[in-house]
Amino acid sequence: MFTFIARRLGLLIPTFFGITLLTFSLIRLIPGDPVEVMMGERRVDPQMHAEALERLGLNKPLYEQYLNYIGDLAQGNLGESLRTRESVWHEFLTLFPATLELSLAALLFAGTLGLLAGVIAALKRGSLFDHGVMGISLAGYSMPIFWWGLLLIMFFSVGLGWTPVSGRIDLLYDIEPKTGFMLIDTLLSDEEGAFVDALRHLILPAIVLGTIPLAVIARMTRSAMLEVLREDYVRTARAKGLSPARVIFVHGLRNAMIPVLTVFGLQIGALLAGAVLTETIFSWPGIGKWLIESIGARDYPVVQNGILLIACLVILVNFVVDILYGLANPRIRHQR
Amino acid sequence: MSLLNIKNLSVRFGDANAVPVVDGLDLNVNKGEVLAIVGESGSGKSVTMMALMGLIDAPGIIKADALTFDGSDMLTLKGRARRKIIGKDLAMVFQDPMTALNPSYTVGFQIEEVIRQHLGLSGKAARQRALELLERVEIPGAASRLNAYPHQLSGGMSQRVAIAMAIAGEPKLLIADEPTTALDVTIQAQIMDLLLDLQRDRDMALVLITHDLAVVAETANRVCVMYAGQAVEVGQVPALFDAPAHPYTEALLAAIPEHSQGARRLATLPGIVPGRYDRPQGCLLSPRCPYVQQKCRDVRPTLDPSALGEVRCFFPLNQPSHANQEPAR
Amino acid sequence: MTTSTSSPAPVADPSTLYPSPLKEFWQHFARNKGAVAGLLFMLVIVFCALFAPWVAPHHPSEQFRDFLLTPPAWLEGGQSQFLLGTDELGRDLLSRLIHGARLSLLIGLASVVMSLIPGIFLGLLGGFFPRLLGPTIMRVMDVMLALPSLLLAVAIVAILGPGLINTVIAIAVVSLPSYVRLTRAAVMGELNRDYVTAARLAGAGLFRLMFVTVLPNCMAPLIVQATLSFSSAILDAAALGFLGLGVQPPTPEWGTMLASARDYIERAWWVVSLPGLTILLSVLAINLMGDGLRDALDPKLKNAV
Repeated sequence: MFTFIARRLGLLIPTFFGITLLTFSLIRLIPGDPVEVMMGERRVDPQMHAEALERLGLNKPLYEQYLNYIGDLAQGNLGESLRTRESVWHEFLTLFPATLELSLAALLFAGTLGLLAGVIAALKRGSLFDHGVMGISLAGYSMPIFWWGLLLIMFFSVGLGWTPVSGRIDLLYDIEPKTGFMLIDTLLSDEEGAFVDALRHLILPAIVLGTIPLAVIARMTRSAMLEVLREDYVRTARAKGLSPARVIFVHGLRNAMIPVLTVFGLQIGALLAGAVLTETIFSWPGIGKWLIESIGARDYPVVQNGILLIACLVILVNFVVDILYGLANPRIRHQR
Repeated sequence: MSLLNIKNLSVRFGDANAVPVVDGLDLNVNKGEVLAIVGESGSGKSVTMMALMGLIDAPGIIKADALTFDGSDMLTLKGRARRKIIGKDLAMVFQDPMTALNPSYTVGFQIEEVIRQHLGLSGKAARQRALELLERVEIPGAASRLNAYPHQLSGGMSQRVAIAMAIAGEPKLLIADEPTTALDVTIQAQIMDLLLDLQRDRDMALVLITHDLAVVAETANRVCVMYAGQAVEVGQVPALFDAPAHPYTEALLAAIPEHSQGARRLATLPGIVPGRYDRPQGCLLSPRCPYVQQKCRDVRPTLDPSALGEVRCFFPLNQPSHANQEPAR
Repeated sequence: MTTSTSSPAPVADPSTLYPSPLKEFWQHFARNKGAVAGLLFMLVIVFCALFAPWVAPHHPSEQFRDFLLTPPAWLEGGQSQFLLGTDELGRDLLSRLIHGARLSLLIGLASVVMSLIPGIFLGLLGGFFPRLLGPTIMRVMDVMLALPSLLLAVAIVAILGPGLINTVIAIAVVSLPSYVRLTRAAVMGELNRDYVTAARLAGAGLFRLMFVTVLPNCMAPLIVQATLSFSSAILDAAALGFLGLGVQPPTPEWGTMLASARDYIERAWWVVSLPGLTILLSVLAINLMGDGLRDALDPKLKNAV
């Protein structure tokens, strides 16, 4: 198991350096003078221009710039935002829990519902329910989620008034960010009704963000389950006189989970991309909204290292999924 | 009173008009006996036993006048009551051990599962029982094998595990569905010896599904020969080998290398088993039978008592009363 | 099975007895009802896009100042000249959607072509040079795959600035890795086949081997992938437009239309619903077609029924 993890870890290193190269080039590929682009409408005198170049280290040869960049990263220095003068790392840390909370809620929604729908569709193959699940999941897979979000807001928030339109919590409440997870923070605070309010804020964004993963997981679970249920070991399990539930879940689903888990992992990247859209629609103060706003404001240090951080996050999550995959599948784990 | 009693069993896939895979099968298994079911692929051997185990799913349709095991009606028994018998008193070992074990769980887990389900043991006691079973099926280093995953075992080892799982509930009847077909020749005899040893040891009945007549000759008390979903001959083992009454049995015996001393080529039966669309009106073997008469083509024979057992043929071979056949010994 | 002997059997070249590959493909494709429905819908969209100035009742940018936010014709207050209603500037929604189809199809087509051709080329190189060049190309593609596609597109647009052409470039770059991987995998599979060895022994040059011998046998998965990335190109372009990073208003792009419609969510459901519905239906239609194509082209599934 240790060698398995070490081997996977080794594969990450070139990818990581590739990504630093990408984010490094990002700021240098901007057409025109980078300082002028960053300063935007402001007038730039030659003195300031030179200072800015110096500060950004853009006046040195490229390889030296890259080495400096890597050196900075190694020291945990990700630069500071042009807008807020805050360190990029600090901003990321404050905003990331919001995105994480939203993503986890979306995954929970997509995972439980997708697995359930997929398993039932497989067990009732060819039934009306099966066709329904397949049809809905194809539509979900093709869904422009930014529109889906607006539609849900229009129906549930504007029309029925069930859920709030935007944000993580009502302005009435003053919640101290202890963990960064609003659901936990509201529970820790003594504000009455804050938890329920936070939950109501979370529901629609989580559904919107979870829609595409839900569709993918439901389809994948169904096909994996259909395949597994034909396997000899499922017949063996039935011949042991085990209950149908035990045959389906312990012997069937456990093995069907292996391909589903892979797809689940692939969805994490898509989830972060979806978070950009979802956070924009619902004014959810997470890293997706942060990134888009920074692009709008030409806050290049944030854009550059924000993308780097998100990419590292995706790599890390995929790595964890890889490990889980090994845990779920003894054959992979024991490979040399 | 026999342990297993099957009367007029038929299994179809699709609608009620589909050609039956098993067609009007009668079969008895007595306590502690070894019954072999032989026949070529697709003759309905496995399907019969799968029907008994309740492993036939829609669109399969099972019909029978009687399907009783140890006093329980397996045709109507459902749910929990049925699962108390399946895997405990009635167990099965399958053909391909490499796919019959769940790749995600350890050997110990899969054996203990049966023990927990049927014997009510748990924890250390179940573990201990699983270890004893592994030792009983002669797995070397049984204690360490408990934590092994199926992909770490060889085919023969996997089949031993599957047998351990099957005998965990102390079955009264063990069905072994071609238990050695997927194994190396060198391992086959070992597995057969193990099964017979267990059978004698526990006085359990053993139904051995096979197409290896040599194995049948060495192991079984009785044999049932199946052709195209029907039992064509049932008889005691040494007698049936010496004087087969059905032409199909005779052809099967002639195809054993040991029986064809001196012949340059093994005897074969021309033609193939009838399929869905070319099922003959009369005897199912009539298109291939070397002794065929007009009556055979027109009317389908029934399974009737013969000199040494039961046979489904109008003109059985080796019968003492028949003047135009070979004289009986 | 036997044919009647009364009519003389025509002596024909046996190859003409088999349906042409195109006809055989169509028979397989037509079996999938969803795929045919998707194809029909796409034909309508393509027709609208090609003949937009003649199909659309109004000019997409013409502002009817007296008819701001008019509801669709079948609703109370609707006008028969504005079948699907008007937007906040009094522009006819139907005309804008029809002209928007032009843009979406253009972006989809251009980005597919711009990623398919270099993707195939890189994939062929990767497959034919497995020592150094191949792994290098694949590592670069891995880096690109580490970023979610929309984020990478956002990053590229952040560098290049918003706009139609930059949207196309961003989407083309984003979909490049999947073509490279797919082509390389297919090429690696084909290279071991005897017909390639035979062509090599016959003295075929590298380019001939690549493009004439091997490539045609790798096309089936590439065609399917092209269809699927066509649909995700439309989705991504709309998403970029929605984020304000794609095609800029007043150009009638579906995603951009949605972005400006956000403010009228409480008053005019049609300006929000209809552009999104158009996106959904187009993407769904293409995905259905893609499923049908895969079933019809995949030799493993073909003849399996």
